[in-house]
Amino acid sequence: MPPWPRGTITRPTEASPTATQVPQRPASSAAIVRSRTNRVLLGVAGGLGERLGVDPALVRVAFAVLALAGGAGVILYLLAWAFSVEPDTEGAVGRPVRRPSPRQALALGMVVLGTLLLLRELGLWFGDQIVWPIALAAAGSAVIWARGDDRARWLPGNPIEALFTGRVGLIRILVGGLLVFSGLGLGFANTGANLAAAGDALLGVAVTLIGLGLIFGPWATRLANQLAEERRGRIRSEARAEMAAHLHDSVLHTLALIQRADASPEVLGLARRQERELRAWLYRVPVPPEGRLRPAVEAIASRVEQRHDVPVDIVVVGDAPLDDAGRALVDACQEAAFNAARHSGAPLVSVYVEVEPDELTGFVRDEGKGFDPDQVPTDRRGIADSIRGRIRRHGGSVTIVSSPGEGTEVQLRLPRSQQ
Amino acid sequence: MIRVFLVDDHHFFLSGLRAELGAEFEIVGEAGEVDAAVDGIRRTRPDVVLLDVHLPGGGGRAVLEAVRQTDQEIRFLALSVSDAAEDVIGVIRAGARGYVTKTISPPDLAAAIRRVQGGDAVFSPRLAGFVLDAFHGDLTGVADPELDQLTAREREVLRHIARGFTYKEVARRLHLSVKTVETHVSSVLRKLQLSSRHELTRWASDRRLV
Repeated sequence: MPPWPRGTITRPTEASPTATQVPQRPASSAAIVRSRTNRVLLGVAGGLGERLGVDPALVRVAFAVLALAGGAGVILYLLAWAFSVEPDTEGAVGRPVRRPSPRQALALGMVVLGTLLLLRELGLWFGDQIVWPIALAAAGSAVIWARGDDRARWLPGNPIEALFTGRVGLIRILVGGLLVFSGLGLGFANTGANLAAAGDALLGVAVTLIGLGLIFGPWATRLANQLAEERRGRIRSEARAEMAAHLHDSVLHTLALIQRADASPEVLGLARRQERELRAWLYRVPVPPEGRLRPAVEAIASRVEQRHDVPVDIVVVGDAPLDDAGRALVDACQEAAFNAARHSGAPLVSVYVEVEPDELTGFVRDEGKGFDPDQVPTDRRGIADSIRGRIRRHGGSVTIVSSPGEGTEVQLRLPRSQQ
Repeated sequence: MIRVFLVDDHHFFLSGLRAELGAEFEIVGEAGEVDAAVDGIRRTRPDVVLLDVHLPGGGGRAVLEAVRQTDQEIRFLALSVSDAAEDVIGVIRAGARGYVTKTISPPDLAAAIRRVQGGDAVFSPRLAGFVLDAFHGDLTGVADPELDQLTAREREVLRHIARGFTYKEVARRLHLSVKTVETHVSSVLRKLQLSSRHELTRWASDRRLV
């Protein structure tokens, strides 16, 4: 099998932290944009959470708890939905996203508590025995599963392992677990008397199951979401690999065939360029290494070929950060290659660059007509001088080996700057 | 006449090769996939096999490994559209005596086949660069100093090949005989095939994205 590009798994863009410093109101009147990436029902809680700077999980809990207050949460949810817009419609561009903060979460909790008390006064109420225990249990679950600042770092894993590795703080687990079970216990105590006939054991099992569901449920759904996302990523990269395999077997071969045939120079040049571009796409490095010497040298080939239609063979041994000396070497090699392509008449230019422990070496060679270094035409001297000047400024040396009919080699040596 | 067997799954490319090489070499057979290639090579016992690296049914490596279990004296020259280090190092370590890309000119290909038939190694500039890169760097943790590093002379020869010189030019520049240059290159090939230097494999897979 050909060497396929490593699978790249793209994640949905997380709320960008850079956009959070200065929360601006969007120009549009729509205050809430439903979340596309973070949605359970309609994306209202996700969007509201991003807007308020509260973890969407907390917003969901708030709606759920308020729903118990005579269905107020359901009405609020529908109202919020009616006053929000879908992402990527008008006004959704450049929306501010606030990073969840504990203070915002606390504020939301207070608002919910206040609303609950208000609704209780108004009589929109299922009764203390039901609402308070459930509110308590929901708050406990939220304490455990609110992602807060570690949202970006959060990885799926065993919840018990997460507890020990500190991905979910021990205190959070304890406080949350305590709230969950005291809420359930309270509910059990409140209703236990009425349901004694149904069997204490059964109720006990049910309460424990609900408690475990509240503690581990969010982890399970989050895990499922991440697995689905990874699967999508894998399918994408498999589809890419399949396409790369097909292109590799068909188009690259055709381009190689054209280059072996007696085609015109224009067609040859075109086939060569297309081959280079296709190869670059097929074997694309997921993160292009910037500021490295190797890709900078390899980029010389396409520039020379584009301008002079002469193929350039490039071999680089070793790699180093692209510092000033490296840049001078790349520029000098490129000038020498341009020079060879323009004047030598050779069918091929070879560039060789090696990174040695204490110096950089570069060789640019052609098998063209060559020249007598003592009788250099003035236009070539100018270029030779500019290469010399460039390299000497960095403490290096240039040797040009050439004689008529023997081709030319420009040899460059540059001391490496000490890191 | 040197007897050559062609292994390639691209019919156009095969017919092109046949037309180019037919006058100079005896084409004893051809195959487009691994099993047929192994059978055909064992039956016809050619001097040189021209082997495509990417083949349905396991790739060129599978052919090399199967044939070399029974017939050590058949020589292989790998031919590929890919320049990926993993492929190049892979087929060489499986036993090929040289590696050229499919854009090689017909006369150069003919010369490479003759060289491989004569028992020498064929190093393109790029392969020479790969070897220098793979044997580059510090030598800590080297198991067998004889196999796991290049001598100064071998390094110098490889550098010249990587710079684009032919064996003859290398010999002239280094004041050696062509035979000595060939000996150095063959010795590098042997090291490349036998060295257990663990960086070699890691290096090749790190460089798989060319």
